[in-house]
Amino acid sequence: MTISLDVAFIIKAIIILLIFAITLLIATYSTYAERKVAAFMQDRIGPNRAGPLGLLQPIADAVKMFFKEDFIPAQSSKWLFILGPCLSMLTALMTSAVIPFGDSIQYSSAPGKVWDVAVQAIDVNIGVLYVFGLVSLGVYGVMVGGWASNNKFSLLGAIRAASQNISYEISMGLAIIAILMMTGSLSIRHIVEQQHGGNWNIFYQPIGFIIFITCAFAECNRTPFDLPECETELIGGYHTEYSSMKLGFYLFAEYINMFVSSAMISSLYFGGYNYPGMDWVQAQLTGAMGEIAGHNVATLIGTIVFFGKSLFFVFFYMWVRWTLPRFRYDQLMNLGWKGLIPLAMINIILTGGAILFLKPLVMSFLK
Amino acid sequence: MQLTNRSKQVSNKQMTFAERIYLPAIATGLGITIKHFFQKKVTLQYPDVKINLGPVFRGRHVLKRDDQGRERCTACGLCAVACPAEAISMVAAERQKGEETLYREEKYAAVYEINMLRCIFCGLCEEACPKQAIYLRHDEFVPVFTERDQVIWGKDLLAENMNNRYLRKAWTKEEAREQDIKGVEAQPRTQL
Repeated sequence: MTISLDVAFIIKAIIILLIFAITLLIATYSTYAERKVAAFMQDRIGPNRAGPLGLLQPIADAVKMFFKEDFIPAQSSKWLFILGPCLSMLTALMTSAVIPFGDSIQYSSAPGKVWDVAVQAIDVNIGVLYVFGLVSLGVYGVMVGGWASNNKFSLLGAIRAASQNISYEISMGLAIIAILMMTGSLSIRHIVEQQHGGNWNIFYQPIGFIIFITCAFAECNRTPFDLPECETELIGGYHTEYSSMKLGFYLFAEYINMFVSSAMISSLYFGGYNYPGMDWVQAQLTGAMGEIAGHNVATLIGTIVFFGKSLFFVFFYMWVRWTLPRFRYDQLMNLGWKGLIPLAMINIILTGGAILFLKPLVMSFLK
Repeated sequence: MQLTNRSKQVSNKQMTFAERIYLPAIATGLGITIKHFFQKKVTLQYPDVKINLGPVFRGRHVLKRDDQGRERCTACGLCAVACPAEAISMVAAERQKGEETLYREEKYAAVYEINMLRCIFCGLCEEACPKQAIYLRHDEFVPVFTERDQVIWGKDLLAENMNNRYLRKAWTKEEAREQDIKGVEAQPRTQL
């Protein structure tokens, strides 16, 4: 028994390490992808000097970041200045813990005994709340950094970030509530499992999806909502005073947030690791390779599908960034408070009505 | 007066519902950017790919020799007079006996120097020269220099190399078009 528990522990540890490493890797290469996508959309070529196709560019950038002078302004509060990027990075990395990257890995310790290890760091039953908590903590990194810099542009950026995040978190939460009403669970794994096959939430919640993705853009401080760091108005926004790897941490945290929110979008609305015809694939694989190996390979395919969806949304983030201009501040607040929140509430009412009246009707028809 | 036909009358009319929700406009914009994403890129990667700048481009100078390899320059100084940047200086000398194979005229430029920091590549020296001795090459730039002693080019750099003569096939754009010499042609660079 102890041996099998150890195996479970090792598998879990490997999964956690892999999630950590892959999140960092994707964030690293998002910087490269961002530059390439930007270049391609502007009919340019983009970075192509470091390595083949410029693939070593992120490494070169990281080396540059490390060797830059690490400057701390004299009038700043030093510890908070250091704490800011750390908080940003920490919260960004912690979010990926509850995201189900795949179904489960099976192994048997003894004949007849099959153990199931979920491809997820922790399956908490309040996963959605956990993500929301961490995302709202994430703004502290920006706030603390912006305030500690003792620079009016940084402070303005930090205030903008805080007010923007507060405004958009409400409609984001309201958009999620419609999903929670449908699934009746806060566990992201449950939400994903209920979208088995092609039964994705996007078909039931198109309005909710638009609200959620808009808010995700705002939460990640991405264009068209990148007011906290808009160069044209605030120099660099909250990271004006930052240099070296501290700046790198802020920028990196943004890309990790981007990936994690893409993963959230794909697991909440696009079925996570589910894809049409997955039952057939699993049946074929178990038929060909045996119960356990087939299940594991099917899980792997599901995980690849999940990453495909997430990476598409990372691309979508960049695509939107290089398409839309930045919102004006009053437009941002108007959209958040007068547009998205009422819309999200209407969406909740519609969803509730559909669950109360439409679902029994459809069910009775199906019977 | 109207300069272009692209001006639009400003109107303050109410936005339609589709315009107000902004999503159709976003979709259109995304369509435009993704179209450009897959389009051919216009970038020419300069040091790797060089283009022919046309027959009338004025690049680095060359002191021409005639068909027998004799220097054409007779050190009359008209190029130096014509030069608006005063970049050209020369020292004339008389041809000695036995030097007929080196210099075409009885007087030649013992020293012929162009200050490459002063030169503005206007081509007036080329126009002033009565002996057709100095030309600005259409196919080569003055290479980048970083040291002071590389600024002033003497005859060793300027005189034409007989093994690699400078020939210009066309003298105008029209001639180039007639001879079908392409104005812009990408040539992969041989060495990095």
